[in-house]
Amino acid sequence: MDWLSLLIFSPILGMLLLATVHRKNESLIKAIAVSATALSMVIAVLVFVLFHQGISHAVSYQWINFGHDNIVFLLNYELGVQGFSVLLLLLTSVLTLLAAFVATFQIKKNLKPFFLWLLIMEVGMLGVFSSENLVLFFLFFEMTLVPMFFLIGRWGDRERERTAYRFLIYNGLGSAVLLLAISALFARTGTTNIALLQEIMANEVQGSAAISETFRNGILWAMLIAFGIKMPIVPLHTWMVRVHVHAPPVLVIIHAGVLLKIGAYGIITFGAGIFPEQFAQISTFIAILGVINILYGALLALGQTELKHVLAYSSVSHMGIVLLGVAALNQPGYHGAIFQTLSHGVIAALLFLIVGIVHSRTQSTQLKDLTGLAKAMPIASGCWLVAGMATLGLPGTSGFISELLAFLGLFETEPILAGVGMVGLILTTVYVMRIILSMTHGKHTLKPPTELRDLTHSEMAPVFVLVLLIIAIGVWPSLLTSTLNLTVQTISIGIGG
Amino acid sequence: MDIGTLLSYPWEIMMPEFIILIAATGLSLTDLFLPSRVNRRIFGWISAAAVLAALISLLTQAGSEPAQILHNTYRLDSFSISFKALLLFGTLLVLLISTSYLARSDVEEQGEWYYLFLAALLGAMMMASSADLITLFVGLELLAIASYILTGIRKKSAESNEAAMKYAINGGIATAVTLFGFSYLYGLSGSTNLGDISREISALSADHGHALTVAAFIITFVGLSFKLATVPFHMWAPDIYQGSPLPVMAFLSVVSKTAGFIILFRVMLSIFPTVQGFQPDESLYQSVMIFVSIAAGLTMIIGNILALRQNNIKRLFAYSSIAHAGYLLVPFVAFSQMMFESTWFYLLAYVFMNLGALAVLHIIISENQSAHISGFAGLYQRSPVLTVCMTIFLLSLAGIPGTAGFMGKLHIFIGALFADPSRYVLVSVMLVTTVVSYIYYFSIMLHMYMRPPKRYTKITWPIGATLTIALCVAGTLLLGIFPGAALQFLQEYFWFNDMFTLN
Repeated sequence: MDWLSLLIFSPILGMLLLATVHRKNESLIKAIAVSATALSMVIAVLVFVLFHQGISHAVSYQWINFGHDNIVFLLNYELGVQGFSVLLLLLTSVLTLLAAFVATFQIKKNLKPFFLWLLIMEVGMLGVFSSENLVLFFLFFEMTLVPMFFLIGRWGDRERERTAYRFLIYNGLGSAVLLLAISALFARTGTTNIALLQEIMANEVQGSAAISETFRNGILWAMLIAFGIKMPIVPLHTWMVRVHVHAPPVLVIIHAGVLLKIGAYGIITFGAGIFPEQFAQISTFIAILGVINILYGALLALGQTELKHVLAYSSVSHMGIVLLGVAALNQPGYHGAIFQTLSHGVIAALLFLIVGIVHSRTQSTQLKDLTGLAKAMPIASGCWLVAGMATLGLPGTSGFISELLAFLGLFETEPILAGVGMVGLILTTVYVMRIILSMTHGKHTLKPPTELRDLTHSEMAPVFVLVLLIIAIGVWPSLLTSTLNLTVQTISIGIGG
Repeated sequence: MDIGTLLSYPWEIMMPEFIILIAATGLSLTDLFLPSRVNRRIFGWISAAAVLAALISLLTQAGSEPAQILHNTYRLDSFSISFKALLLFGTLLVLLISTSYLARSDVEEQGEWYYLFLAALLGAMMMASSADLITLFVGLELLAIASYILTGIRKKSAESNEAAMKYAINGGIATAVTLFGFSYLYGLSGSTNLGDISREISALSADHGHALTVAAFIITFVGLSFKLATVPFHMWAPDIYQGSPLPVMAFLSVVSKTAGFIILFRVMLSIFPTVQGFQPDESLYQSVMIFVSIAAGLTMIIGNILALRQNNIKRLFAYSSIAHAGYLLVPFVAFSQMMFESTWFYLLAYVFMNLGALAVLHIIISENQSAHISGFAGLYQRSPVLTVCMTIFLLSLAGIPGTAGFMGKLHIFIGALFADPSRYVLVSVMLVTTVVSYIYYFSIMLHMYMRPPKRYTKITWPIGATLTIALCVAGTLLLGIFPGAALQFLQEYFWFNDMFTLN
């Protein structure tokens, strides 16, 4: 059975149901949205379980044939998963469910279009991680662009429209570069199937006319730029900070939790996966970029006076660790990069979930307004502490494992850069402690504590799920490694590490 | 030539043209004798039926052996059949929009309206099926003159008159330039037959034909660029689109543009690929493509950048149509084996998405009596279905995956990068300008979804425009998700190389 197609297109059922409901009937809309995303999550879990039982999920149907006579450009509808992508599918479906759930009480107006866009975006995100073919990947990749534009532009804060355009232009340019790379690969090799491309690149004699060394490097650079915008890599990050700050917090759960991860996924699976030799040649450069990301993000996070800015730069900083892990070119490095991708997805989701909750109470996210919350909101503050500790990589949380592995890998190959990168971790501790201490301790200045309600029951559910996930991955990492081993081996064999 | 020889020609290959000709003549005579109080609305449906009949008879010809009559002044090959199908289909949709437009407009000559469209279509079809400079030019003029009148058909509107005047003057200049280019071709070869011209020019040795041949190419290209609305003859489009009635604008931006590409392909590809170029191993066609690629790049850049500043939605679509003409020049420049497929597919996608968007535009403009972009404000609250349709057309025009526009662009990219040499620069320009185009296409969506409406009255759906929108939504989505059907049709029934045989 074609479980992956079922998974990808399962949100469409919810969309069809939503389309028939009147927009004033809010409780029904909420129920449909949450159950639609829950359905996708159930299927994702099923896909995960079946994957562990050894079912490959690979499907392929003939789709389009460009060209004529003797020129064949065959494009198939090909889906499949490996260890990394199956985990990302799981992450996507869980975070979308949580976001949909949180949106039911955080989004106040125009609920119907909000959930419609959210469900379209889920189709895109699930499709991205299941595509076995670059054109299909691109198709789903762009499918996240349009909903994001509207979700930011309609439900964001005062700066929402400018932010939406900024998002559109940056990501549009990234997509354009990616499409150029994909078209060029397609035109030169006649296929966009990822496995086939890996094979062609591995077997093709170096320097042959059709696929020269320059061509490979060109494509790899194009992919680095495209995914570098998405990830983001400094200096291509400005759009992402704006989105973190001006988009509604419930959307940032998805944005920081899943969408940024597409960049990391692309660099790991396509960049390093298809062009291992070329990637190995520029690994030092990638490591330098990673270090810059870590330090730049952490330094700027230190100086911010507004909470969402701190978290946005913290995201920049943490995505640098992914780059470090990949640049290490060895198994621990890859494990670290992939772990960091997944774990940061969960941590960022938790952080923005709580930011959204706090914002709904205080109507402000300025650090000077947010003091002394521990007294009024003890449970929220406790969970905030967990999220903060995971951010700075305390042992026992998921953040620790990923940072440990990534640096372990990099110390083997680039000890100096790894040493410089470690400075970033110290800075991380400083800025995380700064926001946690100032928010939980001190005197409350904004409102009397009686007006600051602690977590409601419906808010507790998503928060606790994420806290549990962070701790579970932290104390029991083999939960993930058992799924990942094969993927990591495949990549590192290609790269010779 | 006696009557026996005349009858011995296989006239049945001209069936589609005859249907249009008979319909146009019949309607004009009926219009003449019919009392003026009789409503001419039925004319619209008759002409639409005639176009549909011509389209069907054309499709039965698909896959037939290439044939020619009258010494190659009329020929039927894969190129002509496939591109005539676009002309007929585009006109059919324009006629459908016309029926709704005329019901609410101040145009008095409703009979004339329809047979002028048919005459223009006939000219375009002759251009698709001719391999002789004289008939090509006659077809071009038939199309042009009918369009001039159509542009100015709202006699009492100053805007419409101004547009017609500008169009006639600009068109006259462009025609003169084209004819000047043709005269070089004739002077170099002593023939008006494209096959003979190609043979004669190829036979000229490099030292005394070159400069003149290049001049012939460039002058002819400049002249023809008027119909395409590409640099250097693009400036007319915004003014004339703005001033002319909306269905005429639709006709100019889709059918007339397609006809421009048809004559460009026919003349340039019949003559220049066999002529020796500047370098020993390339044809003259490839040598002069640098000029065309600069023109294409500038067209994309100018069209998309200027579209950003438009508040008038008709002008915005005029610049957008300039930009799309630029995209369509890319396969022409790349000259790969896939150029015909790329162009045909993109034009088909363009017919669907642009005519669909213009049909929506017609509804909006006639609701608001103004073409300002704010007419779209709050459309989502007023009519969610219309908004979703428009969103699909806009996404397709912007080239977002899942729509016909994306598949068309992907096809062009693959062709251009597959070509030797790969056109990386041109493809990059196309990609970047496409991203620029996101800004103005999305700004329309922003109005539709996020601005409050001025009033909450329900939108009425006139039948002709509704039919067009439904067909176009289906086409845009089908070509975007299952383009295989259209591509397979091309692969099975058409062999574009037969354009170069049978001379």
